[in-house]
Amino acid sequence: MENNTSDHKPVIIIHRLPSCESFLTNHLTTTYTLLDPIAAAGPEPAAVRAYLRLHGSSARALLCVEPIPLGSDIMDCLPSLECIVSATTGTDHIELSECRRRGISVTNLGDAFSVDVADYAVVLLLDVLRNVSAGDRFVRVGSWVEQPEFSLGFRISGKRVGIVGLGNIGSRIAKRLISFGCSIAYNSRKKHPDVPFPYYNNIHELAIHTDILILCCSLTDETRHMINKDVLTALGKEGVIINVGRGALIDERELVRFLVDGRIAGAGLDVFEDEPTVPKELFGLQNVVLSAHHAVCTHQSFKAIIDVVLANLEAFYSNKPLLTPVNL
Amino acid sequence: MVPYSLPKVLIIKPPPIFLQFENQFSRHFHFLKAYESHQPLPAFLAAAAATGVSAMFVTRNGPPITGADVLDYIPSLRCIVTSGIGLDYIDLDECRRRGIVVANAAGASSADCADFAVGLVIDVLRKVTVGDRFLRSGGGVGGGEVRLGRRLGGKTIGIVGLGAIGSGVAKRLHAFNCRILYNSRNKKPSVPYSFYSNVCEMAADSDLLVICCSLSDQTRHLINKEVLTALGKDGIIVNVARGPIIDEKELVRSLLEGRIAGAGLDAFEHEPSVPQELFSLDNVVLAHHQASFTEDCFQDLFELVKGNLEAFFANKPLLTPVV
Repeated sequence: MENNTSDHKPVIIIHRLPSCESFLTNHLTTTYTLLDPIAAAGPEPAAVRAYLRLHGSSARALLCVEPIPLGSDIMDCLPSLECIVSATTGTDHIELSECRRRGISVTNLGDAFSVDVADYAVVLLLDVLRNVSAGDRFVRVGSWVEQPEFSLGFRISGKRVGIVGLGNIGSRIAKRLISFGCSIAYNSRKKHPDVPFPYYNNIHELAIHTDILILCCSLTDETRHMINKDVLTALGKEGVIINVGRGALIDERELVRFLVDGRIAGAGLDVFEDEPTVPKELFGLQNVVLSAHHAVCTHQSFKAIIDVVLANLEAFYSNKPLLTPVNL
Repeated sequence: MVPYSLPKVLIIKPPPIFLQFENQFSRHFHFLKAYESHQPLPAFLAAAAATGVSAMFVTRNGPPITGADVLDYIPSLRCIVTSGIGLDYIDLDECRRRGIVVANAAGASSADCADFAVGLVIDVLRKVTVGDRFLRSGGGVGGGEVRLGRRLGGKTIGIVGLGAIGSGVAKRLHAFNCRILYNSRNKKPSVPYSFYSNVCEMAADSDLLVICCSLSDQTRHLINKEVLTALGKDGIIVNVARGPIIDEKELVRSLLEGRIAGAGLDAFEHEPSVPQELFSLDNVVLAHHQASFTEDCFQDLFELVKGNLEAFFANKPLLTPVV
């Protein structure tokens, strides 16, 4: 990508994985000059930093294309940086305390995906409890012709659902599951005053009192491995866990052990601790639904990514309030 | 040791509920099982009639319950109970003529069937099952192409048959911000959804069709080429009712040629046979007539069948009579 600052288009640093050019960049080149250190200097971190120090001194904005680490090592190379636009909902990959210290604003995708993630959490729950994908496997492999029936699933109505993180996603999940006859309880950093559902300030207590845990909170130091052996034990043999948050919310090794040993009843997982790796032990289980971080993957959400990123950049460069700023 | 004091119930082919709860059922009734006999069916039925058996527990997987095939051999029969909802395989006119009361499982599985229908709808739209299949074959997160699905909110859902199951589907999809249309024999008063007397017109206005009606002469092959064409190349069809409501050959053709976008199918014309061509398609989710398959539902169905039989034997009105 050419470093051409003479055409007076504002400069944006592109922060991405080596493996993928982003569909986003096509939408930026008419208005902005893009500095893409990986394209120019290769993926090696020292080369990236050297390139940024040499060419990025006047860059005021950076576009973080996916949730990859963005910390002081990069920020040190960009003395003029004032705004990080992250094309993600989560911001746990960004050293937010550094941003606060340096006076750098951060924007995320706000509420753009919440509907799709909420829908996805519900369909994972339905799939696990009602053997949708397992039934499809049963039919495709020809088993239906040979043996009369497969195993029974579980009724959704009456299930006690514990939502971890009652934000934009969690509140939509609650609304949907109520129409199926579920009861809702939740755990989050703080009790929400105008919410009618029982609140548990302790994830262990929530697990004791629910049949299904749905994780849709952000990943922080406090929430890392919040679903551990104790919580899984509290959830119990008939318990199910759905994760559309981040893989590291769950102690994955422990979860795999519980599933393989039948100490919980099932899981619907859209995220994993070490993506793209998925624990192979899960592939043989009928009571698990596996998904490749697809909860946001709809045509509508992808269009929303473009819209929100462009809107935040435009706001920043015209000194207007940012559309979806993150609290630092 | 045969408990002769228990009332006798005839079974030609065992319903799934019976297989699941045989021990519990057998504490209350003595079952005459044609499927465990080497006798040809007519002979078995005649022998059962000679003992005065007056009740029969039937399933759609067994022979059609018509005069010539079954009823002629059991003049003592006064009650038929099924654990399903469908009645298309029972000659209800003949039953009425012979004074045989019939009970089905109306209501017991509505919620579970509605749940399953919605599961199929979202699974097809959001490509969940195909994604799981991809990962299990070693795909890896981020290793394959991003499979963009479609947002459910804002979609128009055309429900065929607004009975207990159809209403349940409507209520659930309403919570996802879908717009609901329905087609049924008659307009239902005080229902907030738009009524279509013509299923083809409804298909033209719908993004998805969900089939929840009963199988009858009027609904056999109701979903035909014309309806599928009206549904269109972005359209999706979900069937949790009965296979013959859809012209299956036409459906398969439409899917193979990309004339509709996808399908979620829990029922087929010739179960357990499923058209092989569907196995190669990623935009189809296949199920084995499992929409009512929950432990709670089976428990409810067991109680209902037992309750209907007990009511009959106590000369009381059936709990869920059809005829």
